Amino acid sequence: MIELDNVAYSYSGGALLAGMSLQLAPGSFHFLTGPSGAGKTTFLKLCYGALRPTGGALRLFGSDIAAMDRDAVALMRRRVGVVHQDCQFLDHLPVADNIALPLTVSGQASPDQGANLRELMTWVGLSDRAGALPPELSGGERQRAALARALILSPEVILADEPTGNVDWEMSQRLLRLLIELNRMGKTVLIATHDMALIRAAKAQVSARVLRIAGGTLQTAGAEL
Amino acid sequence: MSALLIRFGGLFTRDAAADRVVPPEGFTVRLTVFTAAAMAFLTVFALALSLAAGRLATTWGQELALASTLRISAPAGQQEAQTEAALRVLSQTPGVASARALTDEEQKALLEPWFGPGLPIESLPVPRLIEIVETEDGFDGEGLRLRLQAEVPGAVLDEHTRWRRPLVAAASRLRLLGWVSIALIGAATGAMVTLAANAALAANRKVIEVLRLVGATDGYIAGAFVRRFTLRTFTGAAAGMLAGMLAILFMPGGGEAGGFLTGLRFQSWHWLLPLLVPPLAALVAYAATRIAARRVLESLT
Ligand SMILES: Nc1ncnc2c1ncn2[C@@H]1O[C@H](COP(=O)(O)OP(=O)(O)OP(=O)(O)O)[C@@H](O)[C@H]1O
Ligand SMILES: [Mg+2]
Repeated sequence: MIELDNVAYSYSGGALLAGMSLQLAPGSFHFLTGPSGAGKTTFLKLCYGALRPTGGALRLFGSDIAAMDRDAVALMRRRVGVVHQDCQFLDHLPVADNIALPLTVSGQASPDQGANLRELMTWVGLSDRAGALPPELSGGERQRAALARALILSPEVILADEPTGNVDWEMSQRLLRLLIELNRMGKTVLIATHDMALIRAAKAQVSARVLRIAGGTLQTAGAEL
Repeated sequence: MSALLIRFGGLFTRDAAADRVVPPEGFTVRLTVFTAAAMAFLTVFALALSLAAGRLATTWGQELALASTLRISAPAGQQEAQTEAALRVLSQTPGVASARALTDEEQKALLEPWFGPGLPIESLPVPRLIEIVETEDGFDGEGLRLRLQAEVPGAVLDEHTRWRRPLVAAASRLRLLGWVSIALIGAATGAMVTLAANAALAANRKVIEVLRLVGATDGYIAGAFVRRFTLRTFTGAAAGMLAGMLAILFMPGGGEAGGFLTGLRFQSWHWLLPLLVPPLAALVAYAATRIAARRVLESLT
């Protein structure tokens, strides 16, 4: 679904990532680790087309990103559920509307979306917060709202950037269980995190591959985990 | 152009949910609506001014063309000869399109209101009248008068409406200035909407990022802004147009005497022209916002 062939990326400041090759197979479960500032978020942005590689070839769902125009990238993005590191929401709209936002912008909003939406919100444990505005949510609630929004279009791939960044251990376990459940439903999952305990907990439940960004490139982590 | 109009029409069929994704901004909304209203009000006045000046230029111009007469009062025996001489002079004068002596019948008809029918015109010392039709540029009245003095002592040149000539020119210029003002108001509306749209786009940068993140196309994001500014401008312009039309409707009218000032009202179908102002303002706003939105969106990754 996501294929990198010798991909490089540099911000205007200078080269950050280079020589990255990877095939993200359908239904796989990956972790992405690396020190802060190594480029995990940058890597994820490449994977959902927010950034374009400055070198190498990147194929998303079989299409070369270099050949996609802005609209094609927007359409492709509907097949990827992204949980952003700082959970961006529209602060003037209630949580329920924020979660339904991908439906709204893709013109798929419909009267019967209500049931789906409620089910999803119950699943992430936000059913009683539907009317709240995003700034009124706790860190963990925001993370779960971001996850729900990422899932509303039933994407094939879920990219989560530090989904357990602001939450306690218990909540992070709950989020992890949600992601593992999604993977069991056939979704491809990639989680960027530097929470090693989380990775260990996950490996006990699912066969996950661990990738590591270090020294400006992508490596497969060894057995130390 | 027609493709633009079709898209412009499609603007109003999109669902309302799309409009809520951009947060409302009370103050700039009111400013945009107010400015559009003021611009429409001014446009209606400029339009009225232009049309009135145009009417004036036309009627005055028509009167001018038949403005001059030459009166020949000569002793009975010389009248024929002097009339001949005067016509000869006139035919050589630049700026005279044609000159024609009135016949006895015509003169009789002119005098009838005063002296009744059956006037024995042949036996009275009635001066002979020559009707002069001028060309566009007119003739040099002083020069003609001097020449007539020398060659046709009994001729009196009467050009009582000639003083209007510079007024006709001024009226034509006023009409042109009216149209120029309307064009400037249109351009200013476009500039105002561009500024407001740029401010809104800059203020909503985060919103745009979120929308892109969840898979919104540029067209969708631009549409949310374009719709908003187009509708605001339309609403404001409609209100301003109504106010302008009411103001003109209630201008004190009244006959010929007031001339220009009282003739400012629209006449017959011209009352329909101001109705074009709101749609045209909306079209300007649509184009301005669309261009601004596209430019901002292209600059984002
Ligand atoms: N827009 C940008 N322009 C220039 N440099 C950037 C930009 N965004 C990120 N960087 C730099 O690129 C590097 C990698 O950033 P990135 O956010 O990918 O790291 P990260 O691995 O996600 O870190 P963290 O674990 O703290 O989230 C950092 O040094 C950062 O300063
Ligand atoms: Mg990061």
